[in-house]
Amino acid sequence: MLTIRKSGLQTAVQDLGRTGFQRYGVIASGVMDPFAHRIANLLAGNAETAATLEIALSGPVIEFEADHFIAICGGDLSPSLDGKPLTMWRGHFVRKGSILSFGEPKRGARSYVAVAGSFDIPVVMDSCSTYLRAGIGGFHGRALKNGDSLQTLPLPAGRLEALKNQNAQAPDWLIPPARYHEQPIVRMMPGRQFTLFNEESRTRIFEETFTVSASSDRMGYRLEGAELALEKQEELISEAVAFGSVQVPADGNPIVLLADRQTTGGYPKIGQVAAVDLPLISQLKPGESLKFRHISVHDAQQLYIEQEQQIRQLKIAIQMKREEWT
Amino acid sequence: MAFTFSPLSEQALVIETGAIINKESEQAVRKLSALLEKEAPEWLIEFIPAFTTVTVFYDPCQLKQAEVEQELKSLMAQMDEVEAPAPRQIEIPVCYGGDFGPDLRFVAEHNGLTEEEVIDIHTSGIYSVHMIGFAPGFPFIGGMSEKIAAPRRKSPRLRIPERTVGIAGMQTGVYPIKTPGGWQLIGRTPLRLFVPDQDIPSLLRAGDEIRFTQIDEAEYREQEAKQDADHS
Repeated sequence: MLTIRKSGLQTAVQDLGRTGFQRYGVIASGVMDPFAHRIANLLAGNAETAATLEIALSGPVIEFEADHFIAICGGDLSPSLDGKPLTMWRGHFVRKGSILSFGEPKRGARSYVAVAGSFDIPVVMDSCSTYLRAGIGGFHGRALKNGDSLQTLPLPAGRLEALKNQNAQAPDWLIPPARYHEQPIVRMMPGRQFTLFNEESRTRIFEETFTVSASSDRMGYRLEGAELALEKQEELISEAVAFGSVQVPADGNPIVLLADRQTTGGYPKIGQVAAVDLPLISQLKPGESLKFRHISVHDAQQLYIEQEQQIRQLKIAIQMKREEWT
Repeated sequence: MAFTFSPLSEQALVIETGAIINKESEQAVRKLSALLEKEAPEWLIEFIPAFTTVTVFYDPCQLKQAEVEQELKSLMAQMDEVEAPAPRQIEIPVCYGGDFGPDLRFVAEHNGLTEEEVIDIHTSGIYSVHMIGFAPGFPFIGGMSEKIAAPRRKSPRLRIPERTVGIAGMQTGVYPIKTPGGWQLIGRTPLRLFVPDQDIPSLLRAGDEIRFTQIDEAEYREQEAKQDADHS
């Protein structure tokens, strides 16, 4: 069991999101940085789909009420265990009574805490993700508050002992913190309505530097940089949007839709961020900036397949190592 | 009927059933949705139907875009044999005005009508649900009379209670969950439009025919209590 001593800015239970219910208007939610979430789970000996704690900018203080095995991946929010800095991207055995806390957000905006066994959270529409606006999923449909206690699911006999003796680490080639730049290059496919934008907008989207505005959240990041405009104003018919769709409302400032995006939208989409680069956006803090670079759908698929292969390799490597120990 | 295919992302393909909203394109969306539901191909992660599009999400590790398009085309060869589900008739009781509908007077004055006339017009229409989207269970409804159209509020309200019925331009609709919004609020329904405990978490579905009926506050309270007990 874990108890939240201080909640931090926004700490909530998330998994890979609510799949299959978007046709009923149900927002997918889920983690903002699926890559970090999946690696954290693998290092903690969980399935990639297990729920983790998503922590934003100013992290929580968490007390472990029993022995646990954890891994923290994602943005570097200066995690420490009982006051000693904790290495990210590797597994750690934590003793009963230990206190996990966070300091300065050094790089990136969100971190994922995976606990071996994951949390005992009721599954709502096939997911443990917290959907704050509807008040469903996760821990009573809300972000965690001081004093909340989270139960974990029981581990198979001997698992904790086995994990304790080998702290799996993500290999350097896989760790992306170096990519969590303050000004990343984000690859983007031309969106469904790309050709409806005027020539200047179609050029500037790939040339200008865009800054993340303060009114950005898990639903979407509002960007400021170049004002984008259609060749001629027209009303579009609402259609599906996706994680990473870049839509442009009438004021000309693009919005990148993220984990808590609505299911459909009527604004023209100038682009679609490649799935492998979504973590780069999700890890930006307000005030930081990015540049877009063009990528084809074909190349974006290729990158996605490569990333999935790398994750599978890590999974196999961890499993093989664990089998040696168990 | 000719359909066009184009990517939304490297993991999603959009099938367009028409360039404008009409009975034909909407019917094709419903048929296609019924087909995808029935066949549930293994590579399909999920799909989102809209007015004139169905967007399918797939796993690029299993199938590439061109292959998904091919699969869809062969699946859609059966379209003619598929029956879109028959429209259901659903009644939405509304307690109009008062605290539930603080903008009823504005809508009346804007159109040179009395509040009762607005209610009469709103309850006499037969509406159809074009699609569910934007928010859980949120229906895009067509068929409202121009006589009670009203502009959106100049500054949106920060919090509109769930189940509130509103008007914006020529549209009418119901907010299923608490949300900020700029619609003119005319009443509230005791029905829950978003029902997370049900297999299908939306009360309404695309294609449904709906009618609004007027209830008083006592009936509202009674029905609300019953709804909440059913879904607690």
